[in-house]
Amino acid sequence: MTMTARPLVHKTAMPGLGLSAGITLTMLSIVVLLPIGALLLKGASFGLTNVLEVVGRERVMASLYLSFKLSLLAALFNLVFGVLLAWVLVRYRFPGKRILDAAVDLPFALPTAVAGIALTALYAPNGAFGSLAQQVGLKIAYTQVGIFIALVFVGLPFVTRTVQPVIEEIEQEVEEASATLGASRLHTLRHVILPMLTPAALTGFALSLARAVGEYGSVIFIAGNIPLRTEIAPLLIVIQLEEFNYDAAAAIGIAMLVISFAMLLAINLIQIVSRRKMGHV
Amino acid sequence: MSDTALPRPAFRAATDEAPLLRIALIGIAVAGLAVLVFAPLAVVFAEALKQGWSASIQSLGNRDARSAIQLTLLITAIAVPANAAFGIASAWFITKFDFRGKAFLITLIDLPFSVSPVVAGLCIVLLFGANSAIGGWLVANGWPIVFAIPGIVLATIFVTFPFVARELIPVMIEQGRAEEEAAVTLGASGWRTFRTVTLPNIRWALLYGTLLCTARAMGEFGAVAVVSGKIRGQTATMPITIEMLYNEYLSVAAFSMAALLTALALVTLLLKTILELRHADQLAATRRH
Repeated sequence: MTMTARPLVHKTAMPGLGLSAGITLTMLSIVVLLPIGALLLKGASFGLTNVLEVVGRERVMASLYLSFKLSLLAALFNLVFGVLLAWVLVRYRFPGKRILDAAVDLPFALPTAVAGIALTALYAPNGAFGSLAQQVGLKIAYTQVGIFIALVFVGLPFVTRTVQPVIEEIEQEVEEASATLGASRLHTLRHVILPMLTPAALTGFALSLARAVGEYGSVIFIAGNIPLRTEIAPLLIVIQLEEFNYDAAAAIGIAMLVISFAMLLAINLIQIVSRRKMGHV
Repeated sequence: MSDTALPRPAFRAATDEAPLLRIALIGIAVAGLAVLVFAPLAVVFAEALKQGWSASIQSLGNRDARSAIQLTLLITAIAVPANAAFGIASAWFITKFDFRGKAFLITLIDLPFSVSPVVAGLCIVLLFGANSAIGGWLVANGWPIVFAIPGIVLATIFVTFPFVARELIPVMIEQGRAEEEAAVTLGASGWRTFRTVTLPNIRWALLYGTLLCTARAMGEFGAVAVVSGKIRGQTATMPITIEMLYNEYLSVAAFSMAALLTALALVTLLLKTILELRHADQLAATRRH
């Protein structure tokens, strides 16, 4: 076997290589790579043992655990509700459907600070939903339930928007074949349709989860921010920065970076496996 | 229990759900969106207008509020064109040339979506803050980045970084290189090829990506909160001002500014929906964000 070294860039008559590569790499470096590099460098100069000491503190561990746990729960809720919503929006016809479809994107368009104060006003003890909840003895705002609701809100569109195009492309013949072979509708939905949606739904789930773990603006208003109970990890970074503890802030920031990368990696693997199972890679 | 034992009405196609199930699913979808999306939306306007229109409008007229609105418009006016330029350049680089490490480059461009906005702000503070080597030198020369407008612009570009590129890359891959190659062969310059051949093909996708980018740029909170220093009248953007007013229990003022941002978000949604209806074929095939 002869090894021929592949050129870094294949020769072509297409113009603009230098300009487009230059703009791309320069902006990528200044905006993304150098800042993230600065965070990692700060962590390195602080030292691994010190980073681990900060991350191991009770308050930091509690906030990381809280962010992760509630993000997972919110993403699971969005997985189920998002698939249902995508199905309803693609398959059924009913009045107001177009408005409903557009409304799914509202959490993307609405600034997180606006969502935060709106949800707090709604679920606070004197708010419209909060007062209803209080009558049955439930407190939502300033508890973990409130954080969960905010995380559901910001992650709402992801699953629906990834699953919708897949449902649109399902050929009805498949369902007809399943029905002809004697499967009930529920059986077809569970064993024919659902497996087709799984890879897209998992992508949406991953995006929703990643968004929730790092979410700040919509959460801090409704959270109440009680240390060890309703304090999320991004808020701890802000608190450390306000006290000029750059080392501790960097340590928590690195922990969050590692968690989100690990999550993305894990879910990419799950996706590859579920695609293989489906037969089309 | 066997599912097939259930009686099935004669008129229903085999690929439809039972009417009751269908009504239940539509009901859950409508109720879910009503509680999760429409209720918060309504609350923003209800709280803004709690003391009437004049109180609400008056709260937007004072100096700090006006300066916040101007600052947000300025930041958006810098960050969005910068990202549009980056999006076009990177999409051209990625789709018109073959080079090693392309998949890795795309991953790097997507990276800001998986980084918490607060961590993004932290990174910028660590690189350009007065305590760092670069930041210290810049401050000494009268060019502060952090706690000043350049830092807010950088943070905004960071969090909106992938929007335009992600929208353009799939569209340009689908369209291939043949048209541009023909133009170049016929003697068109690079710039002319882009303007007369590529741009007409990608304009709707470009507009779509720019819209998403604008909505996020105007509303960014977490990353900006870390780098802005929250100086009233100087580095307080609209979202930051909302937080400050809310924490001072100035509810009407906070929600009035929130209502203004919400109105802008609704306009964005409307334009986006129109684009999706009219030019669906020229947008990225999957509506992934």
